[in-house]
Amino acid sequence: MWTEIGWPLVVVAGVLFVVLNLAAVLIWMERRLLALWQDRYGPNRVGIFGVLQPVADMVKIFFKEDWVPPFADKVTFVMAPAIIVVTVLLSFVVVPFAPGVIVTDINIGILFFLAMSSLGVYSLALAGWASNNKYSLIGGMRTTAQMLAYEVFMGLSMMGVVIQAGSFSLTEIVEAQRGLWYCIPQCVGLVVFFVAGLAETHRIPFDLPEAEGELVAGFHSEYSGMKFGMFFVGEYLGITLISSLTVAMFFGGWLGPWLPPVLWFAIKTLIVLCLFILIRASLPRFRYDQLIEIGWKYMLPLSLVNLLVTGGVVLLMR
Amino acid sequence: MNAVFYMASAVAILATLLAISRREAVHALLYLIVSLLAVALVFFALGAPLIAAMEVIVYAGAIVILFIFVVMMLNLGEVAREQENVWLSPGIWRVPGIMALLLTGLLVYALFQEDRWLPVDRVVDIKVVAASLFGPYVLMVELASILLLAGLVGAYYLVWRGPIRRPGRRD
Repeated sequence: MWTEIGWPLVVVAGVLFVVLNLAAVLIWMERRLLALWQDRYGPNRVGIFGVLQPVADMVKIFFKEDWVPPFADKVTFVMAPAIIVVTVLLSFVVVPFAPGVIVTDINIGILFFLAMSSLGVYSLALAGWASNNKYSLIGGMRTTAQMLAYEVFMGLSMMGVVIQAGSFSLTEIVEAQRGLWYCIPQCVGLVVFFVAGLAETHRIPFDLPEAEGELVAGFHSEYSGMKFGMFFVGEYLGITLISSLTVAMFFGGWLGPWLPPVLWFAIKTLIVLCLFILIRASLPRFRYDQLIEIGWKYMLPLSLVNLLVTGGVVLLMR
Repeated sequence: MNAVFYMASAVAILATLLAISRREAVHALLYLIVSLLAVALVFFALGAPLIAAMEVIVYAGAIVILFIFVVMMLNLGEVAREQENVWLSPGIWRVPGIMALLLTGLLVYALFQEDRWLPVDRVVDIKVVAASLFGPYVLMVELASILLLAGLVGAYYLVWRGPIRRPGRRD
């Protein structure tokens, strides 16, 4: 009884608590790390080393006026920020943090993640459309084109891992990496997946939907208060999700000596998260045509070749 | 699972009706997405998780977002809404209504012919689907891929600017 109903509820509560708080901590961590790499201090006034900065930001954002522009499509405008947070949080359902520490181990785990990430596009597209503002609309259209293009080979890059592990379940994929982490045989898949992950979370080399130099703030130009906060939190949740999936699929998930499995998972995820921030600190933004070109002309053929070679090798090894 | 099936089916029917009758194109598409998600749930309740996932990834996630993309690009406003008002006059429902009624009658008749139409106790494994797709139905898969290739070539031709013309040369 306890293990059937109680344990999943504990996992759900734990995952929500850790993931949502991590999103807040990440905002502070990102600003501090960016500052470190750019030879300045960053936020260091609130609390020790400025740790409480996100709390102060949160208080401020809750007391802002909750403004819906009169020219906007009201229902869609309010609904859009919720969609991204809901879809990303739902994706965490299939992430295995340690043996047994998973909300539900469905046998279509990876497909479920892909389904949720393809629904996440609606959030940004609808936000751009509902704002009824040309900058928002252009931002929304860029997001749609970008995420549609990058979703295709994000799915394909994961299929190499699926072929090697012989399962769509992330728990079984982690278990299959006991001998060798998939970051070595699937190095091409790893690179493609990571690039696609950057584009899916529209992080800096691919953050054209909100390019402030040309589009004010892109799809969220008209948003303020906690509705804007939802997009912000959604972005950090997305980065956490991509990092934990990268760890689960390519870096052996919870596998590792001495330390408890959950800790291994956390350490690996944190390293990938820092990589996300380092990329933001070091790369300039792409031009829009370059972005689409990278997607369709290089990444898609690369992931197809990777899939073909993986399939061939697995068949030969049998 | 039976309760999930009936609830999801009810949502699907309701959302589809709303998708047809909305005058704002984007709202209609939003109801279409809800309807597709409900259909995915129906597939899941019937024990076909792969089809359910594909329904969400391909239909809700890729095809309808393209529709929304086009609607956003055209930026239809008041004019389109008035046109929809003209098109959606009560008289227009007559012929499609009769046809839909006929089809519903046929469907209900067919359902009552077969009494084991709800196989909820069986989950179809992904490997079984793959084996039948690339086994007995491989010809259909190939035909579908040829159809997609034709669409791809057609789209490529539409955006092709033709051979580069040099001045002073007729072609």
